[in-house]
Amino acid sequence: MSESISLTINGQPVTVPAGTTLLKAAEQAGISIPTICYHDYCTANGLCRLCVVEVEGSRTLVASCVAKAAPNMQVQTHSERVLRARRTVLEMLEASVDLSEAPEIQAFSQELNADPQRFPDAEKRQPPVVDDNPMYVRDYAKCVLCWRCVQVCAEDAQYTFAINFTGRGFETQIGTFFEKPLPDTSCVFCGQCVGVCPTNALKPKRQWLMEQGYSTDEIMDMTRTERRRRKRAPLSAE
Amino acid sequence: MNEIDLTLLEPVLQTYGPQGRTALLPALHAAQDLYGYLPEPVAEAVARALHVPLADVHGVIEFYAMFYPQKVAQTVLHVCNDPACGMAGADALFKNLTSRVELNLDAPSGTSVTVERAPCLGLCEHAPALMVQGAQVAQADRRSYEDLVRGRLPRPRTLVGGDIAILTANCGKNRPTTLEEYTQSGGYSGLRRALQSSPAEIIAEVKASGLVGRGGAAFPTGLKWEGAANASGDPKYVVCNADEAEPGTFKDRVLMENDPHRILEGLLICAYAVGASYGYWYIRGEYTAQMEIVTHAVEEARQAGILGGSVLGSPFHFDMEIRRGAGAYICGEETALFESIEGKRGFPRIKPPFPTTHGLFGRPTVINNVETLANLPYILAHGAAQYRQMGTEKSPGPKLFCLSGDVVRPGLYEVPFGVTFDHLLNDLAGGVRGGELKAALFGGAAGAFATPQHLGVRLTFEDLRAAGLPLGSGVITVFNQHRDLRDVLLRLGHFFADESCGKCYPCQLGTQRQYEILQRVAAGSPLPEDVARLQDVGWTMTDASLCGLGQTAASAVLSAMRHWPELFVPAAQSAPQAQV
Ligand SMILES: Cc1cc2nc3c(=O)[nH]c(=O)nc-3n(C[C@H](O)[C@H](O)[C@H](O)COP(=O)(O)O)c2cc1C
Ligand code: SF4
Ligand code: SF4
Ligand code: FES
Repeated sequence: MSESISLTINGQPVTVPAGTTLLKAAEQAGISIPTICYHDYCTANGLCRLCVVEVEGSRTLVASCVAKAAPNMQVQTHSERVLRARRTVLEMLEASVDLSEAPEIQAFSQELNADPQRFPDAEKRQPPVVDDNPMYVRDYAKCVLCWRCVQVCAEDAQYTFAINFTGRGFETQIGTFFEKPLPDTSCVFCGQCVGVCPTNALKPKRQWLMEQGYSTDEIMDMTRTERRRRKRAPLSAE
Repeated sequence: MNEIDLTLLEPVLQTYGPQGRTALLPALHAAQDLYGYLPEPVAEAVARALHVPLADVHGVIEFYAMFYPQKVAQTVLHVCNDPACGMAGADALFKNLTSRVELNLDAPSGTSVTVERAPCLGLCEHAPALMVQGAQVAQADRRSYEDLVRGRLPRPRTLVGGDIAILTANCGKNRPTTLEEYTQSGGYSGLRRALQSSPAEIIAEVKASGLVGRGGAAFPTGLKWEGAANASGDPKYVVCNADEAEPGTFKDRVLMENDPHRILEGLLICAYAVGASYGYWYIRGEYTAQMEIVTHAVEEARQAGILGGSVLGSPFHFDMEIRRGAGAYICGEETALFESIEGKRGFPRIKPPFPTTHGLFGRPTVINNVETLANLPYILAHGAAQYRQMGTEKSPGPKLFCLSGDVVRPGLYEVPFGVTFDHLLNDLAGGVRGGELKAALFGGAAGAFATPQHLGVRLTFEDLRAAGLPLGSGVITVFNQHRDLRDVLLRLGHFFADESCGKCYPCQLGTQRQYEILQRVAAGSPLPEDVARLQDVGWTMTDASLCGLGQTAASAVLSAMRHWPELFVPAAQSAPQAQV
């Protein structure tokens, strides 16, 4: 295999090292492609399909975050077909998830003229907030299932394997073993999942309490006692 | 909650523990057989013994419809909810059974019953079908509630017909063909011939036969084998895909329950040709009777030296195991099936890389459909030239069609490629039942509708492609003019929303949005913009989904919108014929 690959993106010739994804190749050419699930430090899984592009000769659109550049490829990143798919994905997402704290996704929606009200009477995913530990809260009504938290908790970073999926299809959700509270799982409260969450579905507990109107002192008090209780628990169990 | 006796689980943990994560589904099946469901301490013990993270084990239990994390009734009746059974009165059956059930979880043994709706059980020629504790029941509306609950019922009979009997030569006895019978009728002579040739010669023969895959994607079999044979990586694997779950399909079930050795012989020929030393036969979880039959056949073959260290006395060694699915249509998709064998949720992988280079456990793998494999003994025993005497130039060989719905004689039909739809429907299957032909769904839930104008179409890959109809896995579900196709679409929409794995957004969200709109359509009250919505959702799923499930989840709906646009406008405005 040659060291560098030449292809055309939107009619513009681009040369990139072998193994480069179309997303990065486009970036190099100054073309920006919207993404939701992609994160530079997480395994790319091609989930959100917002990054899809048209590749000549391909029956379907391809996800540019995972598709590799190939010699003489002809790529369109903003064709009508591509925009229709991106817009519809965003409209369906708006109808399913609370994106109020995901400004980046909202910006994509505006750019693509996606109508957040496109799907009337659509079922939304609205599970209650899980507040089961002193470090962070989980509000899965805001979860877009980007998988980043699951991946950093597993092989992408921490190797703790505290969280995985429940349900499947539209009913998929992030969850623990038999929905146990996080302190009863292998979670080490490293906070990596909170750091990679793109929608504030995972939020530091103190930030969350502040938003609820508690003062800093009250918050320190609340979370401190919670931590102490946690520490004592194994002893009193003996 | 009652105390869970974990000592019962010891033998299971001893058997499966050393195998690690790949044994997760078998271990969970075995555990559930013991406890009736998978209580938390049991799941935890399995996780520890197999060294799988707890959260992952829970994720797997949650993914597969046949694993229960909560206590269920002792007897569960699964009533098929898909088109063929729907037309045969599945809704009335469901209501009737539900009204008979008094759910009482803590009642003594044998008295708690629940009724659940199930996706297509692969018994479409026996509609309305149901499953009770793994036993398949034909024409369930004719059985008494007592017989159903006690499971005292005859096994469904095999209904086969057609112009030729190559693949179905040994089908119709209503019992499996034994190894002795199979061998006496010339069985395993294809394998013998193969073992005397070089793998390259076999691949050349298969290529010359023009055989293409019967699992739905119609990929040339010889080419696939060549890819895996040339790939580097050790060991290599072969997999028989018997996860048959496309609504309307039952051909693989019929082949397995009648003639398991033909499929096994095909798998062995494949393994020898690509240099694989180990294989898997992945059977959908609902096919328990077929699983037993295949297990017995594999054991017969192992006893007879057809499997093992020296296949039929040759230096070639090959062994295999049977895996049971657990209720997930998506696991028929080849890479999701690999994930399932590896003990994971059935999420399809991104392609490329392809299975021939990076398949099961990351090794070169050939995966073929049951019917594809069943063609090989004939090709090897009689040669590609004779095989090509059947069918057309571009679609050589025999083909199985699964006919169900409004047809006089539903069943499995074997014909050479090239007969017309008219011949299959009217000459062989006795014509439409209950009225005139209105439509036929080709290719199952993932398919498209044919209309009476397609009666003259020849059933070949090339003719069907030209007519815009998929051959898929050979499903033809027939509808007479009295049927409300909106009800059919609703069932298909429900099927896909239920079976989407949830990995990629277009399908995870699109199957749900599509189902919501189809509910309005079926009720005769779609919203003004619903046609445009269905089209955007449909094309986005088709164009942008990660795998074949999402890419075909709107196929039937889009095809119905082309043929019968009047079905998608509010009832008051729709044309008279749509109001039946
Ligand atoms: C959602 C989905 C379900 C599938 N189900 C099956 C199945 O049940 N059996 C099967 O043989 N192939 C199924 N396939 C096709 C397989 O991915 C694969 O193409 C096939 O097993 C290859 O075998 P063949 O070349 O012999 O056809 C399915 C594909 C998709 C996308
Ligand atoms: S909780 Fe956040 S990081 Fe995790 S899948 Fe949902 S959106 Fe992604
Ligand atoms: S298309 Fe559907 S089934 Fe396939 S990966 Fe996407 S969500 Fe899963
Ligand atoms: S960024 Fe490529 S699929 Fe999400």
